[in-house]
Amino acid sequence: MSAILHRRPGLRLGLLLTPPMLWLGVAYLGALGALFITSLWGQNSFTGEIERSWTLDNFRDLFQLEVYRTITFRTLGIAALVTIVDAAVAFPIALYMAKVASPRVQRLLVIAVLMPLWASYLVKAFAWRGMLSEGGLVAWLAVPFGLDSPGYGLTATIITLAYLWLPYMIIPIFAGLERLPDSLLEASSDLGARSGHTMRHVVLPLAFPALVAGSIFTFSLSMGDYIAVRIVGGTNQMLGNVVYDNVGAANNLPFAAAVATIPVVVMLFYLAAVRRTGALDNL
Amino acid sequence: MRKISVLAGACALALVVAGCGSSGDNGTTTTAGGEFEVPDLPMLDSLGENEGEVSILAWPYYAEDGTADPAADWVTPFEKATGCEASVKYFQTSDEAVTLFKTGEYDVVSASGDASLRLIASGDVEPVNTDLVESYADIYPFLKDREWNSIDGQMYGVPHGYGANVLMWRTDIVKPAPTSWSAVFEPDSPHAGKITAYDNAIYIADAALYLMNTQPDLGIKHPYALDEEQLQAAIDVLKTQKEMVSEYWSDYLKEEQAFTTGDTVIGTTWQGIANFLKGEKVKVESILPEEGSTGWSDTWMVGANSESKNCAYAWMDHIASAEVNAQVAEYYGESPANSKACDEITDPTFCESYHAGDEAYADQIWYWTTPIEKCLDGRTDVKCTDYSRWTQAWTEVKG
Repeated sequence: MSAILHRRPGLRLGLLLTPPMLWLGVAYLGALGALFITSLWGQNSFTGEIERSWTLDNFRDLFQLEVYRTITFRTLGIAALVTIVDAAVAFPIALYMAKVASPRVQRLLVIAVLMPLWASYLVKAFAWRGMLSEGGLVAWLAVPFGLDSPGYGLTATIITLAYLWLPYMIIPIFAGLERLPDSLLEASSDLGARSGHTMRHVVLPLAFPALVAGSIFTFSLSMGDYIAVRIVGGTNQMLGNVVYDNVGAANNLPFAAAVATIPVVVMLFYLAAVRRTGALDNL
Repeated sequence: MRKISVLAGACALALVVAGCGSSGDNGTTTTAGGEFEVPDLPMLDSLGENEGEVSILAWPYYAEDGTADPAADWVTPFEKATGCEASVKYFQTSDEAVTLFKTGEYDVVSASGDASLRLIASGDVEPVNTDLVESYADIYPFLKDREWNSIDGQMYGVPHGYGANVLMWRTDIVKPAPTSWSAVFEPDSPHAGKITAYDNAIYIADAALYLMNTQPDLGIKHPYALDEEQLQAAIDVLKTQKEMVSEYWSDYLKEEQAFTTGDTVIGTTWQGIANFLKGEKVKVESILPEEGSTGWSDTWMVGANSESKNCAYAWMDHIASAEVNAQVAEYYGESPANSKACDEITDPTFCESYHAGDEAYADQIWYWTTPIEKCLDGRTDVKCTDYSRWTQAWTEVKG
């Protein structure tokens, strides 16, 4: 057996690659294909049985009813804001980790950043629900400054999601900045640039692809989220909730599939734009 | 890889464009004349040996096994008596019940009126041979052969109990005590931002009930029979309400927490939640508002493809028996379905306060039922809005 494999490298490679390619092709792309096909079916409104006749009604509803546009833009807005907040918070942390901290502190910080990922998503989301509630921790901290907890709503959703996805932003930026040679920073300062100047004209341009790589995570994870908004989002709903309600409540799988194509299409455009920045090499 | 993703993108785009450009009649499909066809399924002729396990899909609190509250346990005695090991799954809305039951993983379900007909029409539940359910004889006659649990005189389940959706508020914050649903629907409420509502399309009926009393000109006679114009009026009421809602609830644990912290101070609830909160010393009170309310009448139904039908029948017999029906009714806070249950209930005023067996009172509750195209109030000159329209309207309300 091993002799045959040794003599025929093509067979070896084939055996090695078949399972993962099957996984990618059948389980992953196949599922996406099934999603598109389902979105072209109809549904019996009373019994909820799927009717396998081709129709574009789901997509027409999706584009003609204003509420779905509103929800799409709200979701995009949330995802964009979460990404911006995460980038603003993550960049200084990653810079400190990569360029300032001693190797020992650096290791500790990497562990600290990754630590929240060990806790369950739900625990963290419900913790924010508790903190943002009436008389909760946020209100208690804000009251001395004459402010109040934002309560449940869009702000709370953005805060919670930004917290949840922060590690996914820090790690790529950290990796990107670590690859930035110290000599460049020294050269910049030798040539008389102040640190602000070095930051703007040397560090940021070189770290930009890493930043974009991180944004792919925060943006796509926020786009697909529907749990945090249920827990802290008040009356708001995102695309994920529409999908969930149509699968879980209305049992309208075809329409759910149609809604689910929106994030897929958005992410395809996003990735196409990102590819131009070279950020995909940073993943 | 890149080629594939570009192709996929192009496909998606093509779909989108085609979707925009196509036109045709309205997409909803309904059965002829708003009536529905009932699949012809056999019922059990006789009981056999118990299968050893049964999977129960139930409203919260309906199948307690003592883990949440040691005093509330009617699953363990059932398991001991019948040898059927029970696994229980709670659902939060009737829609969820229908979807979960369709998976075929459950043998028996407690279906409210807005779920039961859908399950019957889709062939997911089969007729029930009530002769095989000993407890059935003691069920109140006015719960038998109703439009939500039977077809042409054939029962599709065993009635469990009924009750009204009630109005709950925090007594320390909401003063004076409300008496009407206007407290949650009237614009400019002093409690704006702290109101809650039930997160389901069926809640549209609550707004319709409110309109029945405040705007008689609309001519709403039945909150589940709304023509397009009446539905629009209900949607407007709900949109006004939305501005004052802190969050919608369908998860009862979430509502319990929101009332405890004070993030929500007034809104619709189930009596069981109010009872639980009072037990936790949260200052809440609940009433059936003066204009009446929507409510539910639940029926235990057996899955057509169930492989544990004997255990399912055993469960229905157990849960509808006077003793157990009394326990559930008292714990949950609803009227029992068994006419002898009131003798078993420990609180002597309980049955009186829930008007158990009072047919006239029971008729004042607008039980959840599935809206269909054929108007349930008997109108024949207009088409009523069906449930898929309600679902869509509810998404619109939430925005």
